[in-house]
Amino acid sequence: MYAFDIERPATLAEAVAALSNEDAQALGGGQTLIPTLKQRLASPEKLISLTGVAEMKGISSSGGVLTIGGGVTHGEVASDGSYKALSDLASNIGDPAVRNRGTIGGSVANNDPSACYPAAALASGATIVTNAREIAADDFFVGMFETALDEGEIVTAVKFPIPEKANYQKFVQPASRFALVGVFVAKTADGVRVAVTGASNEGVHRWSAAEEALSKDFSAKALDGLSVSADDLIADLHGSAEYRAHLVAVMTKRAVEAAA
Amino acid sequence: MPKDGGIGAPTRRREDVRFLTGTGQYCDDMNMFGQTAAVFARSTVANGVIKSIDTTAAAAMPGVLAIFTGEDFVDVGGNPAGWLINSRDGEPMKEPKRPVLAHGKVRHVGDAYAAVIAETVEQAKDAVEAIEVDIEELPAIVNMKDALSSTNYVHDEIGTNQCFDWGWIEDNRAATDAAIKGAHHVTTLELVNNRLVPNAMEPRCSMAQYNRANDEYTLHTTSQNPHLTRLLISAFVLGIPENKLTVIAPDVGGGFGSKIYHYGEEALVLAAAKKLGRPVKWTADRTEAFLTDAHGRDHVTKIELALDEEGNFLAFRTETLANVGAYLSNFATATPTFLHGTLMAGNYTVPNVYVNVKAVFTNTAPVDAYRGAGRPEATFSLERVIDKAAREIGMDPIALRRKNFIKPDQYPFASAAGLEYDSGNYDALMDQMEKVADVAGFEARRKESEKKGKLRGFGVNAYIEACGIAPSNLVGVLGSRVGLYDAATVRVNATGNLSVMVGAHSHGQGHETAFPQVVAEMLGIDPQSIDIVHGDTSKIPFGMGTYGSRSLAVCGSAVVRATEKIINKAKKIAAHMLEASDGDIELKDGVFSVAGTDKSVTFGEVALKAYIPHEFPLEDIEPGLEETAFYDPANFTYPSGAYCCEVEVDPDTGKVTVESMTAVDDFGNVINPMIVTGQVHGGLGQGIGQALLENTTYDENGQLLSASYMDYVMPRADDVPFYGVDHSKGTACTHNPLGVKGCGEAGAIGSPPTVVNAVIDALQSGGKNVTHIDMPMTPHRVWSAMQNV
Repeated sequence: MYAFDIERPATLAEAVAALSNEDAQALGGGQTLIPTLKQRLASPEKLISLTGVAEMKGISSSGGVLTIGGGVTHGEVASDGSYKALSDLASNIGDPAVRNRGTIGGSVANNDPSACYPAAALASGATIVTNAREIAADDFFVGMFETALDEGEIVTAVKFPIPEKANYQKFVQPASRFALVGVFVAKTADGVRVAVTGASNEGVHRWSAAEEALSKDFSAKALDGLSVSADDLIADLHGSAEYRAHLVAVMTKRAVEAAA
Repeated sequence: MPKDGGIGAPTRRREDVRFLTGTGQYCDDMNMFGQTAAVFARSTVANGVIKSIDTTAAAAMPGVLAIFTGEDFVDVGGNPAGWLINSRDGEPMKEPKRPVLAHGKVRHVGDAYAAVIAETVEQAKDAVEAIEVDIEELPAIVNMKDALSSTNYVHDEIGTNQCFDWGWIEDNRAATDAAIKGAHHVTTLELVNNRLVPNAMEPRCSMAQYNRANDEYTLHTTSQNPHLTRLLISAFVLGIPENKLTVIAPDVGGGFGSKIYHYGEEALVLAAAKKLGRPVKWTADRTEAFLTDAHGRDHVTKIELALDEEGNFLAFRTETLANVGAYLSNFATATPTFLHGTLMAGNYTVPNVYVNVKAVFTNTAPVDAYRGAGRPEATFSLERVIDKAAREIGMDPIALRRKNFIKPDQYPFASAAGLEYDSGNYDALMDQMEKVADVAGFEARRKESEKKGKLRGFGVNAYIEACGIAPSNLVGVLGSRVGLYDAATVRVNATGNLSVMVGAHSHGQGHETAFPQVVAEMLGIDPQSIDIVHGDTSKIPFGMGTYGSRSLAVCGSAVVRATEKIINKAKKIAAHMLEASDGDIELKDGVFSVAGTDKSVTFGEVALKAYIPHEFPLEDIEPGLEETAFYDPANFTYPSGAYCCEVEVDPDTGKVTVESMTAVDDFGNVINPMIVTGQVHGGLGQGIGQALLENTTYDENGQLLSASYMDYVMPRADDVPFYGVDHSKGTACTHNPLGVKGCGEAGAIGSPPTVVNAVIDALQSGGKNVTHIDMPMTPHRVWSAMQNV
């Protein structure tokens, strides 16, 4: 890696101030950025580590909403258990080393098109809390590796309304074990939301036809005959767009079966 | 048997103490005073003309000590091919020079065209980025068929992309053609044996020192055979006299074939160390390992099997394109020919075999021997086409194989592919496999799987391999430019303990435990008093290294011969001490005694006498107790096996899970059954990896798409089942003193066709008439195959 300076602010205000420097870059758990640096594919002059920011730690539950600090690791979410489908998802991200370093704030801010958390946030109708504002998940995930975050804006927490029923099914890309296709299904009093990760060149997205069908009848059978178009889906050496489209339907059914 | 474990004891591996406690010493763990760092500038294009390299800016950067380009090595030799293959028309193979650094052209992504030596690795990396290189990119030659018809050449000076067009056995061709033409049934299959990246856990590392005082070089390097590396550097590349070059391969973290070969980085650090007068170290990163380690397999084959009305095999005929990559690695030409074509009769009495192999240059990483080396390719072709034939003629796949097996009373058996098998009992292995795997219970298990909505398949396979390579006289006739013997020195120290210097290098095989078991058994002493010394050309008489499952069969035999010499001499010393005649001395449990008397001396007393030779018959016996033996075998050894596995296929996703895997092998006699089981486990993991996961993919521009663990799928613990491993039915090798055959590669040879056969069986059981899927059988490929029928 190239040489860089690193700061580790203890408060959110210090972190925001440090990130106002245009050569500074935020460092969460480092599970994407550190390998990138090691490959010399990025050369930030200054890294602002967020792991010491007190306001970004901790998980709390109130009024049916689970609030997870942006600096909370996947391992902490996995062992929390108050939103079981989310904890299950977290427990299947990467390996123990990744789960003990990687954070939810880092994951949603990076918005990797194959990451798991964006599907949970979008399907749950979560709210992304930053140092400046609150952003609905529907508005937050803009496209592959793109979010609504402004330069220097920090994800301080993610608020998840806990659904009545939910489940996440991940069909892993066998090498990285990211989602080749992952589907998160959440049923609330307002209806059903289905979010798909891993499949699309546009990143995480909702499958509205499935949502409509499942809102009427929350059963796998309700999905019979539904399929997604392969247009604009990812094709790579692990699977064609058609295969991904097929897997979206299979994983959605399985998620409904597991949630019901 | 000695109480702490002689031959046959499952002694725990003594080397594991250091490996598991972090005290192993690998090349990169070693640092020398004044050490500098080498980093290579590597091509990012697969094929291109080097128009210019400007190192001016790079040379002026902080810490930079020297920069080398291909121009610096035009006067030294190329890295040679170790095996001469002649084409069917008698023409020798094409051997373009493989230089230390690319000169004139770069020929694959990762091809090094310059190297920077700096005080630190980071400084060297910075300087590499500052090298201004102008490479005119040319269309890449990736696909083998296209390469053969193209006038765009990987090596312009040879005017073709074909290295050779080899026929085996050319005299059998007409008879094989006739047998196929007149056969009752012919089964044809086209298949790909997928390219594999070796992925040793430890990437390559080389560190050179030069001592100006006596003009001596020392190279620490990740090698499976330090003597061969020394020989290649001395005799072919740099011309450093062998007596001025020490090559040391310390602890090495896996090789699987990829560390047999000499690589240009080794020559570069040696040349740089001399120029700078300082040690120079280079350690590959994982990307370099993916791009530049010699890859394995990469065959495209058409195989035909001719049968008569009863299912007797009449002929096998194959046409294979074998990728050798951009340059000939040291054994690249032997792997698809004599390690492949000669095994194409399998375990069968088939009378006609003809093999045609065209080796093809492409703009990809060099391809060479990888665990099994040619034999997995042969087994895969044979056992897949046999399975397909069984289905076509409606015969049980086990019964079809049994019908054609060589029977135990037919040895020695001259195979139609030109080898003489010395021993084996394939039916006994198949019997044991059916028992261990509970084949009879398969249908019940299939029903259980179907209840879960899964398709269950059963796959079977029989293999034979030629190991313990091999007799120098034979391989010499076949084109080898080296001999294939091995050497050992047994040194009994004055205080009675032993140092055994062996030519075979241990990088996962457990030699440090197994070889002492042999010596301890012969001498009747505690194996803990015996240490193995390996991997250092200054300490060991000679060695041809570790590959081809040869260490025990060849080097172990040298250890036996040297120990026999020790026993003979020790008996003479004992006879003198006991005032008896040599012929009356018996050795048992570490004690020499005079037959029929109570007069005895211990092994330790004899050792001490040899080094304190007071009242010693110096006119008859020299002092000291140290003996060396070179052993050159009479034949290959022929391990064989019967494998089966059961898979489940998820029809919704195409995902295959291996539910069980049974390996019943004939390794001959076994020295340490625990180590042998571990070797089989490792091989099975790699075989399952090849069958289901490992997807080396170059795009049309010659870019390696699967160049990291984000895309290259290594088998992990949850990808493999608990294995059923059995080697209780061995038949002893008839021509080496231990009766051993070799076990290192078997698992990787026997398992891939087993898995593919099982997947096809599963799909057929689900009503999908899929007859073949190329490896790796990824979920996508399996799902696609199911959609297309």
